[in-house]
Amino acid sequence: MTTAESMGLAEASNAAIYATMVTLTIAMILFAASFASGRRPASAKAHVQVASGSGSVAVLDRPESKSANDPGRKLANVAMSLTWLATGLLTVALVLRGIWAGRVPWGNMYEFSISSAWGVLVVFLVMSLRRDLRWLGLFVVAPALLTLGLAVTVLYTEAAQLVPALKSYWLVIHVSAAIICAGAFTVAASSAALSLVQSRRERSGREWHGPMAQVPSAEKLQTFTSRIIAFAFPLWTFSVIAGAIWAENAWGRYWGWDPKETWALITWLVYAAYLHARSTAGWRGDKASWIAILGLVTFLINYFGVNIFVNSLHSYAGL
Amino acid sequence: MTAPPTLETQAPPPPMDSVGFLRWTWRQLTSMRTALILLFALAVASIPGSILPQRGNNPLLVDEWLEEQPTIGPILDRLGFFDVFGAPWFAAVYLLLFISLIGCVLPRVGVHWRAMRSQPPIAPKNLSRLQAFAETTTALTPTQVVDNANDYLRKNRWRVRTGVTDSQVWVSAEKGYLRETGNLVFHLALVLILAAVAIGGLFGWRGNVIVKEGNGFSNTLTQYDAWGGGRLASADTIPPFAFTLEDFAVEFGRSEAERGSPRLFEATVEVQREPGGPINPDLIEVNHPLTVAGAKIFLVGHGYAPTFIVRDSSGATVLDDAVVFLPQDGNFTSTGVIKVPDSTPQLGFQGIFLPTSAIDDIRGPHSIFPDADDPSVFLSAWEGDLGLDSGIPQSIYTLKTDNMEQIGLRALVPGQTWVFGQGEIEFTGWQRWASFQIAFDPGKEAALAAAVLATLGLTVSLFTRRRRVWVKARVAPNGSTLVESAGLSKSEAGDVSEDVRDLLEASEGIDRR
Ligand code: HEM
Repeated sequence: MTTAESMGLAEASNAAIYATMVTLTIAMILFAASFASGRRPASAKAHVQVASGSGSVAVLDRPESKSANDPGRKLANVAMSLTWLATGLLTVALVLRGIWAGRVPWGNMYEFSISSAWGVLVVFLVMSLRRDLRWLGLFVVAPALLTLGLAVTVLYTEAAQLVPALKSYWLVIHVSAAIICAGAFTVAASSAALSLVQSRRERSGREWHGPMAQVPSAEKLQTFTSRIIAFAFPLWTFSVIAGAIWAENAWGRYWGWDPKETWALITWLVYAAYLHARSTAGWRGDKASWIAILGLVTFLINYFGVNIFVNSLHSYAGL
Repeated sequence: MTAPPTLETQAPPPPMDSVGFLRWTWRQLTSMRTALILLFALAVASIPGSILPQRGNNPLLVDEWLEEQPTIGPILDRLGFFDVFGAPWFAAVYLLLFISLIGCVLPRVGVHWRAMRSQPPIAPKNLSRLQAFAETTTALTPTQVVDNANDYLRKNRWRVRTGVTDSQVWVSAEKGYLRETGNLVFHLALVLILAAVAIGGLFGWRGNVIVKEGNGFSNTLTQYDAWGGGRLASADTIPPFAFTLEDFAVEFGRSEAERGSPRLFEATVEVQREPGGPINPDLIEVNHPLTVAGAKIFLVGHGYAPTFIVRDSSGATVLDDAVVFLPQDGNFTSTGVIKVPDSTPQLGFQGIFLPTSAIDDIRGPHSIFPDADDPSVFLSAWEGDLGLDSGIPQSIYTLKTDNMEQIGLRALVPGQTWVFGQGEIEFTGWQRWASFQIAFDPGKEAALAAAVLATLGLTVSLFTRRRRVWVKARVAPNGSTLVESAGLSKSEAGDVSEDVRDLLEASEGIDRR
């Protein structure tokens, strides 16, 4: 490939990233407007009825749908479409970046960050195919946008080839699993945080008005969170094992307590604790939600903290 | 889990007699809450090991740290904070966790075994109180309804039990036993991983060695620059193979974006797998270690060994060798020491090797590219007593100048000779060296197998829903048959409404599956 051609690809990739960010920003504003306007006249009582479900089959995930021509709902629908569009653009950006660099686009923190933002959006969109997640849109698009913003401003690097230690198909397996996990853990933490707010509101016993009225009950949010984590935890386990195999091939030991490895284990332990908490009386509710948030925090510490501040074998990932 | 989410209330106080107390302690230790807390404890205990430098990974950094922190450094050191993952308190946490795990899981194996061989429990009295419930009326007889339900459930691999209570016929069915099976497999596989890690720790060993191009290595303890092994590994357990480094190829990126970043490392070796055996060529690359007699040889680093000839004042050659210099930065500015014990007086040189030379006022001599495009050395010559006979082992990378006197400084390019009063030194060129890590871990295959087993068990467990459903049928006052169907999810976050709906339809004779 000539230099001019390859510069064209890089610029196209960057342009696609900016287009993604613009689209996501509009989506976020619309989600926010929809969220703020969302008032459901339903009361807490209506919920009890659904849950008791006598004579009929109980409906779980979906909050009582608002009337179709509710303006907030329309905004959210547009925002959902824009999120799909933005994810498509981001996919293009990643593919172009990969073609330019001649490898998977996961060679440094910049590339891993945009891939993680992609992971967040994809996990959210895939889940939205089976249930109404418009209430969650704001809380997923915002972190994705933040990640992209950080990537283009602080972390941007020219694409380079991989250093030999990174050339392995275990890298592809290990990192692709980690990217999906990043997405799932983020969506889970958003929903856990919402469940904490919702649970406070429910305990206060006040009427169901205001933005949080369109959000499912705390218990449903907790269930939703735990489903995502039940999906992501085996994947994270797999990702850690793939990383260990890679490390064994590159450095001669599958586990060396390198800071990156240590924090991967810490994240793993926290999510294992979460799954246990969901089966332990007194821990299933808010406490479990806090653990889900803590899990994401440990993941982020591993990603930002260890890459930037700690002297680790993995620090070659280039800022 | 068979039991619904545990309903442990506040723990009862410990009984006073000793047997009771032991039993109480055991129950506490094997409770879910303890497991939860120990998981957290292990996570927290790992944190210092990721923040403070660790002896196992970076002994030099530990020494630096201790020097900079003379007050708290030694205290932390005594508490094991520089070897967290070998510290007794760290071991205490994970051993407690695993004792708790075994104590928790083994009894569940028995319970699950019995559950799998027994029939589902009979239908509860009042189905409409259950999590999901549906009812309908049909013209079929109650027996036909139950037969339909029975066929449908068995076809879909439910475990089924039928019966009659108070003139009602019922079917009771359960599915998803694999959830508990997977969970038990997962937890037991974790114990296997721990065992495999322990075996690797006891019998495994690893060593590091630097080999210059053209030189050989034979696998005995004395040849290693550094060697460490588990308690049950020793000099006579390491296999006697040998290899020669024929050639070491490196390539560095030269485009602007990738300047100096490594593109290729490749060590061509001749390997003799056992004494007297055939010698075969092979290749060792990053990520492509060579396996010999169960041990793996990894390429972990490389550098330059400039070559010198030193002659004494009579013109006799007192040294003709390639000397290993250690890289100090990404561009391979390398430092090293040449010791010449065989001349009188003894000679010593401190040197800096620059593969691509540059010099400026701030950094002094340094290299600006990692490949040897424009090599040179800067030498500082000393004469006197090298101190090699003092009995204290010396590093080959430092020169003890206490009993020596400096003669002078000089920069040389390949082919140049520096003549000084006591002799001369010729810089003849350079070679590369490669450093290898040779590792033997007899537990790693078992650890991998156990980890795969754990992941499979976990996945099966988390994606299987354990649930029960029931159908009851009886003749209603108006002569038609009243059919009730209900279900209960036995796992977290389960929704059985679909199962109940399908079952009810099947009972009426509508089988959609
Ligand atoms: C190394 C320590 C441990 C780890 C990493 C771990 C991890 C996990 C994970 C990930 C799950 C959820 C997945 C599944 O259901 O298969 C789970 C479930 C479970 N664990 Fe553990 N565990 C550990 C120790 C223990 C201990 C010590 C106990 C006993 C107190 C225990 C009892 C259970 C039980 C009863 C469940 C089932 C919960 C349910 O089905 O809702 N685990 N564990």
